[in-house]
Amino acid sequence: MVVNKLNHMEYIDGMETIGSNIMDKVLFMVESYDYERFTHQDVKKALNKEHLSIEDYAAVLSPAAMPFLEEMAQKAKGETRKHFGNSVCLFTPLYIANYCENQCIYCGFNCTNKIRRGKLSVQEVEEELQAIAATGLKEILLLTGESRKKSGVEYIGEAVKLAAKYFSAIGIEIYPLNSDEYAYLHQCGADFVSVYQETYNIAKYGQVHVRGPKRIYPYRFNAQERALLGGMRGVAFGALLGLDDFRKDAFAAGLHAFFIQQKYPRAEISFSTPRLRPYIHNAENNPTDVHEKQLLQVILAYRLFMPYAGITISTRERAGFRDHVIGMAATKISAGVRVGVGGHKEEEKGDEQFEISDSRSVAEVHHMILSRGLQPVYTDYIWV
Amino acid sequence: MSDKLMIGGHSFQSRFILGSGKFSLEIVKAVVENGGAEMVTLALRRANLGGEGNILDYIPKGLTVLPNTSGARNAQEAVRIARLAREMECGNFVKVEVIQDSKYLLPDNSETIKATEILAKEGFIVMPYMYPDLNAARALADAGAAVVMPLAAPIGSNKGLCTKDFIQILVDEIDLPIIVDAGIGRPSQACEAMEMGVDAIMCNTAVATARDVALMAKAFKLAIEAGRASYLAGPGRVLDHKAEASSPLTGFLED
Repeated sequence: MVVNKLNHMEYIDGMETIGSNIMDKVLFMVESYDYERFTHQDVKKALNKEHLSIEDYAAVLSPAAMPFLEEMAQKAKGETRKHFGNSVCLFTPLYIANYCENQCIYCGFNCTNKIRRGKLSVQEVEEELQAIAATGLKEILLLTGESRKKSGVEYIGEAVKLAAKYFSAIGIEIYPLNSDEYAYLHQCGADFVSVYQETYNIAKYGQVHVRGPKRIYPYRFNAQERALLGGMRGVAFGALLGLDDFRKDAFAAGLHAFFIQQKYPRAEISFSTPRLRPYIHNAENNPTDVHEKQLLQVILAYRLFMPYAGITISTRERAGFRDHVIGMAATKISAGVRVGVGGHKEEEKGDEQFEISDSRSVAEVHHMILSRGLQPVYTDYIWV
Repeated sequence: MSDKLMIGGHSFQSRFILGSGKFSLEIVKAVVENGGAEMVTLALRRANLGGEGNILDYIPKGLTVLPNTSGARNAQEAVRIARLAREMECGNFVKVEVIQDSKYLLPDNSETIKATEILAKEGFIVMPYMYPDLNAARALADAGAAVVMPLAAPIGSNKGLCTKDFIQILVDEIDLPIIVDAGIGRPSQACEAMEMGVDAIMCNTAVATARDVALMAKAFKLAIEAGRASYLAGPGRVLDHKAEASSPLTGFLED
C-alpha cells in the first residue's frame, strides 16, 4: 500500500486560504454524531416537525429511521412539491478531458490507471456542444479530470465561453480553484460549481487520496466558499457514499451545505448522491453498505433537512430508481449521458470514469418525466 | 355595476392573477380558463424561445403576460431581466422580485424599491413583490410602482394570511391596488383577504399542488369574487359579548 507522508490537512503553495470556520464546525459536529443513540421516537418526532433541526436531521439519517422510509418519502414528496412544484430539470454532463494528477484509490480516472486519456480540442468541444444542444438541452455540466497541467483554467474558460453560445446554464465539475480563478470562469459564463468531498472522515480521506493536490483536505472542503467568493451563483455538495461510513458522511455533507447557505444566504445549494455499490453476492451484510434503501434514506434526509435545495440523481443509478425519486426528492436528472471524453458527436477520445446504469436519451427521459405527471424543464436560469 | 381592477391604465375584470411556475405546461390553459385569470406570470428564466417546454407557448393568447424577475439578487439584476423581457416582446408589465435568500425566498424591499424606481422611469408598469412594511410600500409608491404586492406568508407555504394586520395597514394607507402574492393556500384565505379590501390575489402553489388543479382554480375564482362582493357590500358588524358597564363612564357630563 502506498503511504504518503505529506500532511493532508495542511495547505501547499498556491492554494488560497480564506480563513473560514465552517470546516471546524462541521468536523466538530460529525465527530460527536453517534447515530446509534437515536430511537424510533426521535425519528417520529422529527417527521412531525415542519422544519427539521440539525438534531432531527441526525435522527432521520440514523438506522432507527430505516423502518420509516415510506413516511419520509411521503413527507419529502410534499416538500418537493411545495418548493419545486411539478418541475424536473434536465441536463447532461460533458467530459472534455480525463487527465488526472490524483491517485484516488476508488476512482477510474486514478492517475496510475492505464486508461485511454484524452482531451478535446477547442473545435471538438464546440462540435460536442452542438450535438448536445441539438437534443434540446439548455443546461450543461462541463467536467475534466483533475489535471491543472493538462486542462488548465484557460482551457476550461474557453470551453465555458463556447458552452455559453449554446446553453443557458453552465456548471463545472473540475479540480478546486482559488477564488480569482472561479471569478474568471464566472466571467466566462459558468455559474454553478460542483465539488464533492468524497469522504469527510479525515483519516480515511488521507488513506484513499494517496497522491496529487486532491490530497489536501481543507482546500477541497473550502472550494464551495471560494466559488461563491468568486461570484458563482450555486454550489453543489456530496459525499461518495460507501467510501466510508455513509451516515456520517451524509450528515457532514448536509451540515457543510447548511452552514454555507447560512453564511452566504443567496447561494443556491444542491446535492448529488454518488455511491460505491456494495459487492454483488456479498452475503455478509456490512452496515456501512449503501444499498438502494440506504441511498434513498440519504436522499430523503437531504430533502427533509434542506427542502429548498436541489438534488441531482446520478446516471449511476438504474432507470427504475431514478424515475421514482424525481418528484419525490430529486429535482434534476441527467439524460443522454456519456461519461467518456466527448462521445456525443465523435468517437470517445478517452475512457469512462465509471459505468452508467441509465443510458436513455433526452427524448426518452423527457417522456418518462411527462408520464409521471411531472414537467420536464430545460431552462430555469437566467444569466444576469 | 362596473368594478374593474385598474393597473397602470389597463383594466381587468378578473382579480385572480395566476403564477405559472409550478404547473405541468399542458394544464396551464385549463387552469387559466377555470380560474378566469386574465393575467399570468412568467418567469423569464423559464422562457425557452424556440426550444422544448417553452412556457410562453402554453399561455393562451389574449392574456396579459406578467414577466417576473425571478433569479435577480439585487436591483441591477432585476432591471436587466426586466429589459430582457421587454426585448422578448413580453409587454410593459413587470413583476419585480429581488431575492437574496435561497432558503426563505423573502423579498429584499430596499433593492426592490431601487429597481422599481429605475423601471418605472423606463415606462414599465411595475408590480413589486414585497414584505408588507408600510415604509417600504410608501417608498414603492413614490418610486412609481403601479401596485404593491405584499406577501401573506412565505412563498409556497400555503399558510394563509400570516401578515394579515400588516397587509390591512397597506390597504388602509396606500393609494395603489394591493395584490396579495405568496402564501395564500386556500380559497377561504383568498376570500378573507378580498374582504379586507385587498384588490387582487396572486397564487400558484395552492392551485398547482391541489389534487384536482382545474377545480381548485375555479374555487379560487369563486372565492375571490365572493370576497370582493362582500367587501363592496360592507360586512355587517360582528357582535362581541363584552359585558355592558353598569354605570356609564360619561354620566358625569352636564351640558
